[in-house]
Order: sequence, then C-alpha cells, then structure tokens
Amino acid sequence: MTLMTKFLGAAAGIALTAGAAAAEPAMIYDLGGKFDKSFNEAAFAGLTRFSEETGTEVREIELQSEAQREQALRRFADAGANPIVMTGFAFGNVLAEVAPDYPDTKFAIIDMVVDEPNVRSVVFNEHEGSYLVGMMAAMASETGTVGFIGGMDIPLIRKFACGYAQGVKAVNGDASVVANMTGTTPAAWNDPVKGSELTKAQISQGADVIYAAAGGTGVGVLQTAADEDILSIGVDSNQNYMHPGEVLTSMLKRVDNAVYDAMIAGADMETGFNVMGVANGGIDYAMDEYNAELVSEEMQTAVDEAKAAIASGELSVHDYTSDSTCPALEF
Amino acid sequence: MDKMPAWADVVLIPIISLILAGILSTLVILAIGENPLEAYKLMIEGALMRSAGWGYTLYYATNFMFTGLAVSVAFHARMFNIGGEGQAMLGGLGVALACLFIPWPHWSLAILGSSIGAALFGAAWALIPAYLQAKRGSHIVITTIMFNFIAAALLNYLLVGLLKPAGAMDPATAKFPEPTHLPTFQDMFATAETPLFRGAPANVSFFLALLACLLVWLLIWRTKLGYEIRAFGYSQSGAKYAGISGVKTIIIAMLISGGLAGMMAVNTTQGEAERLILNMTEGAGFIGIAVALMGRNHPFGVLLAAILFGFLYQGGAELALWTSIPRELIVVIQALVILFTGALDNMVRMPLEKLFLALRKKEA
Repeated sequence: MTLMTKFLGAAAGIALTAGAAAAEPAMIYDLGGKFDKSFNEAAFAGLTRFSEETGTEVREIELQSEAQREQALRRFADAGANPIVMTGFAFGNVLAEVAPDYPDTKFAIIDMVVDEPNVRSVVFNEHEGSYLVGMMAAMASETGTVGFIGGMDIPLIRKFACGYAQGVKAVNGDASVVANMTGTTPAAWNDPVKGSELTKAQISQGADVIYAAAGGTGVGVLQTAADEDILSIGVDSNQNYMHPGEVLTSMLKRVDNAVYDAMIAGADMETGFNVMGVANGGIDYAMDEYNAELVSEEMQTAVDEAKAAIASGELSVHDYTSDSTCPALEF
Repeated sequence: MDKMPAWADVVLIPIISLILAGILSTLVILAIGENPLEAYKLMIEGALMRSAGWGYTLYYATNFMFTGLAVSVAFHARMFNIGGEGQAMLGGLGVALACLFIPWPHWSLAILGSSIGAALFGAAWALIPAYLQAKRGSHIVITTIMFNFIAAALLNYLLVGLLKPAGAMDPATAKFPEPTHLPTFQDMFATAETPLFRGAPANVSFFLALLACLLVWLLIWRTKLGYEIRAFGYSQSGAKYAGISGVKTIIIAMLISGGLAGMMAVNTTQGEAERLILNMTEGAGFIGIAVALMGRNHPFGVLLAAILFGFLYQGGAELALWTSIPRELIVVIQALVILFTGALDNMVRMPLEKLFLALRKKEA
C-alpha cells in the first residue's frame, strides 16, 4: 500500500466515524425518487428545512432496487444514523424485520403502521382534508358534477376519494362524483399522459372541478384542467402555483412537517402511533395569492366551520380503510 | 490457426475493456465534482471488504449467473435469447405457486420444488418463441423481447388481482410460509462470536447457481446434446448434413435457456423477498446478456463476469448511500462498464488481433 492510499484511507475513516458520532438523521426515499413534485418531494422539503435551520447534514438515498430497502436501513443504522426516516407503505414489511435488530436506533415511517417499540408510525387523516376540498369543489361547481382522479388503486387512494365524495354530498346532496383510478400498478403514480386523458373523459361527462390524488400523474390532470378552462385541486404539496387562477386549492398533507418533527426530535424522538389530521395541523387546504380570487368568502367560512367541527370531533368523516366501504361513492 | 492466443482472448480483452470503462467513469465522477479515488474506494470497501458486502455482491451475482448462463446456452445454438427478463418473471410465478400452495415440510424439499416450478414456467415461456423460430422462422430476438412485455402484463394482472391478499396495498403475493424460507449466508456461516453476512440477502441458491454453471459446462462440452447444439450454432447446414435436427436443437436449447433464466427467481423470490413482488427481476434478464458476452459464453467466464456485475451493483448502492453522486449517474457508470465489456468488444478485439498478427509475422 502506498503512502497516498494510506492517507486517503485514514481520511475516509475519520470522515465516517465523525459522521457516526454526530448521530445525524438519515432519509430514505421510495423508488419514485425525491423530485416527484408531490409525496417524496414534500419529505425532501421537510429535510431541507431541518438542515437549513440546524446546519446538520442529512444522509439521504433514493432507492434503485427492492433489495436496497433492507440494505439502506441496515447500513444507515450500522453507521449510527438516528433517527432514520422513510417514505411510503412499501417499507412496512422490511422495517418490521429490521427494527428489532437495532433497539437503540429510532425509525420513522410515513403512511404505514409498524408496531415496534423503536418505530414512529406517521399516518395522515387524508379523508378529512379530502372532505374539505370536496366541499369547496361542490360549491365551486356550476354543473353539479365533480371529478376525482386517483393514482394507483389501493385502499389509501380510495380513502381520499371517499372523503372527497362525502364533502361534495355534504354541500350538495344531488351532486354526482365521477371517480377514476389511473392504474393498478406503481406506474400509475407517474403517468401524466393518462391523467390528462382521464381529465378529458371526465370533462365530457360534465365535471368542472377535478381533484387529483395521483402523485406525478396529477401534473397531467392539472395541466389539462387548466387548458380546458375548468378548475382542479392539487394534492400533498401546495400545487396552487402551478396554474395560477386555475387551481381551486390543494389538499395539504404535511409530510414535510412529519419529517421535520422527526428529525428535530433527533435520537429522543417519541415512538408509537402518530396520527396527523386536521386537528393538529397535519392536514389542511391551501390558500394563497394564486387561488384567492377563486375562493369566495362564503366558501371559506363554510369550509373553516367544517374544519373546526372535524378538529373538535363534532363531525366525523368516514374512513374507507376502516371497513373498506364508502357511504358516498361506489368504486 | 487462431488470430491470437487464448489467454489474450479470455483475460486481456476484458481487462482492457474494464480499464477503458474505468477511465471514462473517472471522467464522469470528476465532471460532477466528486473525488473518483474516494468513490472507487467506497465501492471496493462496501462490496468486498465486509462480509455483508460480499453477501450482497454474491446475491446479485447469483441472479446474473442464472441469466448469463441462460443467454450463453442459447447462444451456443446461435439463438439470441433476450427474453430472460420475461422468463425470469414467469419463473417467479412458478416459485410463488410452488411455495404458496404446496405445504413443504422443510426448505431443502421446498427449494427442489420451487426450482422445478421456476424452470418449468421459464422454459414454457421460452417454448413459444422457440417454436415460432424453429417452425415459422419468426426471429427469436423479436419474439423473445415481445414476450417480456406479455410476461410483465401477465404478472401484473395476477399480482393486482388473483394473488394479492385482500386489503394489501402492495401488488405482491402473501408472504411464503416459514418452512420454505431459504437459509441465508448469515444462517449458514455466522456464529455467536463472528457475526458474518449480517442481514445480507445471499442465500443457499448461490450454490444452486454454481451447480448450474458446472452442469452447463458438462452439457455443452461433455454430452452429445451439447455437441449438437454447438455444431448447429457453427453451421446450420453442416449440422443438417450430419443428421442433426434443427427444429429439435433450437427448441431444446431455448427450453434449457428459459429454464435457467426462470431459476433466477429462486434467489430473488424465495431467497430474498420471500414473496412474489412486481419488479422482482430488476433488469437481471438484460444484464445476463452483458454477463454472457463478457464471459465468452463459457460457464466459468459467466461466473466471473456475474461476480463483477454483482460488485458493480453493490458498489453502486454504497456510492448512493455515502456520497451525493445522484443515482442516475451511478447507472451511467454501470452502463459504461456494460457498454465496453459487452457491446464494444470489437473495439478492443480488432486492434489487439492486428497487434498479435503483426508480432507473429515478425517472428516468422
């Protein structure tokens, strides 16, 4: 071994141990990648806020293959990263196996429940937020027909659709909701062309407000809705800015807050079941300068009343995943 | 007489190709402002200096050995089977059905059953393109690649509907029952004092792949069938003149090829995930082509090339974990190696052949 390689090796060794000692957090993005304009990107936003405020660097990886799920978890845990945050339900099985091997490391998983003593499971009451934007859709609609476009047809997305339909019916019992799913495989999360086609199909059925809960596919929905001059509703991140004056609102799922909270708590993060809903600011609808003209005062009062009622427990929105049925919508 | 000595063909060309790929990769890493020396060091340390790293390297290598052997067996009959991906997917279905619906008492029996299931399903998927080539002259390259799409759609349909447990979000089957779980290297080699291969997915099917290498070698160079396959590959009309049936040779070679590709699923589906997931092949069917090309269609060469590609996959994962090199560029680096070792073989070969010829003339 030459002097040069020895020196490099020592430097790398110091760099690695220094990282381990600081117990920095780590972030694992699912296969969709961190720039999906929606779910993973919201997690990235939370991470960015954390590292800008604290000056701490966060280790992150975008997965390339299924076998890497377990590998990334174990390698980060072995290196002393704490806590380790991951996005997506697909980590559930793997985390349940890995977490018991690292009792001193804290894990946070978003959108899935893993029942281990060192895991924080963050789930969102998406049905509550969808209910609120459903009310707004029904009030903004002139035709009495509104649309819903989901990504992959899984119980989670049906939960969005069901909450939305309940919100619509609460305002206008005669309104009809047209609901479509983009597909049945993970490819449905990133198919803007199909999203655009579904939007056109729903418009021809009379829909004039369309809610997209479809990850990257939603980009196509919002674009086509803007082109055809009808209103759309964004999801997860605030997407109002994408087409100013054409996006009625966005259903905010504060994944960024969940990631930020987990990281700022550091190694002392509380574990257990963590429900983010309207009551604790985990779920909301977006108001900003881009949609101010679209939302009337009357509309906002009605929605804020419902929001307060949900937060206080007076109004309960049916959760599709609790019993796999929906009172307001047929799938 | 050959244009150049055997050692140059087997050793020198792959090494020169690797060095060229390494130089280009270095430029790529330099261009994005990272330190290439550190990157290579990370790859080597992460993939080869820890037992768990070897566990991942050999896990990926197991996949590539099966698909590489599949491509090389077909290639000995000059059939270019690029349907390894689809055949492996069907193999996964065979494994899943065998594991889910037969109550195996022990893994040693289960691996026999699932290997047969995987090989049968993979072979069946190769049969139709083989028949079309042998009897109808439809080109095998076109039909096998088309069959990849059909396989993906079929698996999709089954996993989204029939095989998915009720209420689950993932398009995947239920977890296989406990007795079918294969022992990993950790179970086999780690003791309480020396925790080896911790958490790594390499499992007993690696030895199945080694056995497959040996059997393929015996088949191709030590049996009558292998002789017929090679004879047919060298000259179809010559083989016909010698009384070898073209139809039979094509179909048998493709069946063996499809069966080998299918058996890859024993490693990924039964060994690692322990359930059938949608993207279980992860492109190994295509990597098999590069592995076979680099291994010169010889089982021992395939073994070495598979380990090299396993190293690239595992080293790439380490780069993604510890550097800020984006994953797209890691794919670029992996692709450069495939490009130079697989596709640009002649770029190195031709000048070398000329060089050796020139040297020989001088001697004469």
